[in-house]
Amino acid sequence: MLLPALVLVPLLGALAAYLDRSTARRSLWIVVCAVLHFGLVALAWCLRPAPAGPGWLAFDPLGGLVLTLTSVVFLAVALYSVGYQRHERLRGGRAYASCLLAFLAAATVITLTRHFGLLWVAMEATTLATAPLIYDPADRRSLEAVWKYLVVCSVGIAVALLGIFFLATAQIAGGAATGRPLLLEDLLAAGPLLHPAWLRGSFVFVLIGFGTKMGLAPMHTWLPDAHGEAPSPISALLSGALLNLAFLAILRELAVLRAAGQGDFAGPLLVGFGLFSVAVAAAFLFGQGNYKRMLAYSSVEHMGILAVGAGLAGVATYGALLHVLSASLAKALLFLVAGNVWQATGTKRTREVTGLARRLPVSAALLVAGFLAISGSPPFGPFLSEFTLLTGAVRSGATGTVVALLTLQALIFISMGSAVLGMVLGRPAAGTTPAPRESLWLVAPPAALLALVLLLGVWLPEGLRQALAAAAVGIGGTAP
Amino acid sequence: MERLGDALLLLVLLTDLALLVTDRLSGSIRLVALQGVLLGLAPLTLAHGASLHLAAIVAGTIAIKAVVLPRILLWAIREAEVRHERQPSIGHLPSLLLGLAVTGIAFLVAARLPALPGNSLPLLIPVALSTLMIGFLLLTSRRKALSQVLGYLVLENGIYLFGLTLADRLPLLVEMGVLLDVFVGALIMGLVVFQIQRELETLDSRELSQLTD
Repeated sequence: MLLPALVLVPLLGALAAYLDRSTARRSLWIVVCAVLHFGLVALAWCLRPAPAGPGWLAFDPLGGLVLTLTSVVFLAVALYSVGYQRHERLRGGRAYASCLLAFLAAATVITLTRHFGLLWVAMEATTLATAPLIYDPADRRSLEAVWKYLVVCSVGIAVALLGIFFLATAQIAGGAATGRPLLLEDLLAAGPLLHPAWLRGSFVFVLIGFGTKMGLAPMHTWLPDAHGEAPSPISALLSGALLNLAFLAILRELAVLRAAGQGDFAGPLLVGFGLFSVAVAAAFLFGQGNYKRMLAYSSVEHMGILAVGAGLAGVATYGALLHVLSASLAKALLFLVAGNVWQATGTKRTREVTGLARRLPVSAALLVAGFLAISGSPPFGPFLSEFTLLTGAVRSGATGTVVALLTLQALIFISMGSAVLGMVLGRPAAGTTPAPRESLWLVAPPAALLALVLLLGVWLPEGLRQALAAAAVGIGGTAP
Repeated sequence: MERLGDALLLLVLLTDLALLVTDRLSGSIRLVALQGVLLGLAPLTLAHGASLHLAAIVAGTIAIKAVVLPRILLWAIREAEVRHERQPSIGHLPSLLLGLAVTGIAFLVAARLPALPGNSLPLLIPVALSTLMIGFLLLTSRRKALSQVLGYLVLENGIYLFGLTLADRLPLLVEMGVLLDVFVGALIMGLVVFQIQRELETLDSRELSQLTD
């Protein structure tokens, strides 16, 4: 019952929030569902529930890790939204709360499902649930952003559906011994029985399709627009949760390919898309004039790093999974802080923001710490995860890849560092009104995320390490 | 049944090509609706006997692809008072030639693919691929946001055709989920199209070009 409850709680919450006419109570619905969901996730780790339905929903370490991350980011966003809405009335009203909770329900299905068809349905559902959230400012710029998001992601996901049909065909062409169609367990057990040509075609289409949703270049074009124009809590949710869900879908398919002995085909594709994404991010981060777009391109960079790690197998895959957690938490924190900056200054242009250290001391400190974390500086989580990933890559003999990654990241560090310093230091621009005292609702959630990012860098709990190791082994990696 | 199936598929291909040379938006929407009917009937020609599952797929597909979605889109253009796809980025003749070239490529590619288990229709894969690529062509060559929605629907139809060989192997829940997603997706796109019209006084999606680096 636990697994269906994880999906039903946010789904019923979405319905309840839609029927509720009071704005304050709708915020409460979001927070209550987020807390309940988080509690149920924690319970699932303790109880390890048995699969539900005809093997359609199951709790495994890989899905569990992404589910936990989604739940944590969602909780932070839910609490932050309470404070955010006090300063800036979100236009969406009832739709805002319902879409947020519907997203959480669909995201939960993605992490728990063992059926690729259901995975696809839930993935498209997340696109549809988040579209109204991106359009929330209801101006011309957000209209353009949501149009690109809908068209580019829907086409991408349609391509992924073709890939999933190819996967079923690979199974049917492999004979009856390959088991029930599109169920992960049966696909993994069938392994080499799967028809290799259909399987390879399937991976290409799934990688391009879900890669679009994940933000891999050159299919990333929707991402900076959507992250730049959406309200900041939504940007945090997109970067901290949505992109990882698409990565999870690619990892599920990767596991099938590795089980079928096609890992050598899938690996280089992932590494190629990954390196290209990091390179594109580095190019667009250079002199980027909009701080929210800067964070968006930084997401493209980190998705690229994840793809490289997953493609290299070995310890690098373990590093990539750790990086999913640490980089996403850091990115969600940065987008929430960006929301504080936007509310205090009313501009998204990096140049027009100065003197944050005086105007918003707490947010400025969080911004600097978040920047140091996301750029891989010790002692934060991303340092540890990238270090694990890169040493794993060196051990796999991919020294060239490591050198390229490090060079590009040094460039990104300089671009982002100069932008962040410019925002924090200096005098507040003349004529700006003194900022209101920073509300606890607006600084506590990002501060909590920062604490988690720091914790991941200095101390990895044994249970988490075991879960990461099991998840990495499940997709063809190794534990360090 | 095989000959009937291939005839249906040929008609699908013809609607694809007709879409490339249709200017009137209402005409394009009706062509997409016709394609929806053809797609809805197609599973009948492949099936190995009647079943509730099959009936649900046929009814669901026709209801959504041939009735509900076209109605919503017709409503959108009536409210927004647009009739023509003015100045498509490429003219009729080049567009049709491109479509034929794409169809040729689809047939060549399909001939080289490994045989599809459970498929008795030789035209299925080439027509699925052509529909997919012509949908993509419509999506990228048309300027009006609504024409792009139609392009997306045609692309989705191509993928649906490919999925026909799997129709009786996939759970009904998943198939209905896919249909529902396409429906809601097109519904939301229709609403956005309506907003674009209100905001910009035009359905030209090229006007949406403020977001740059």
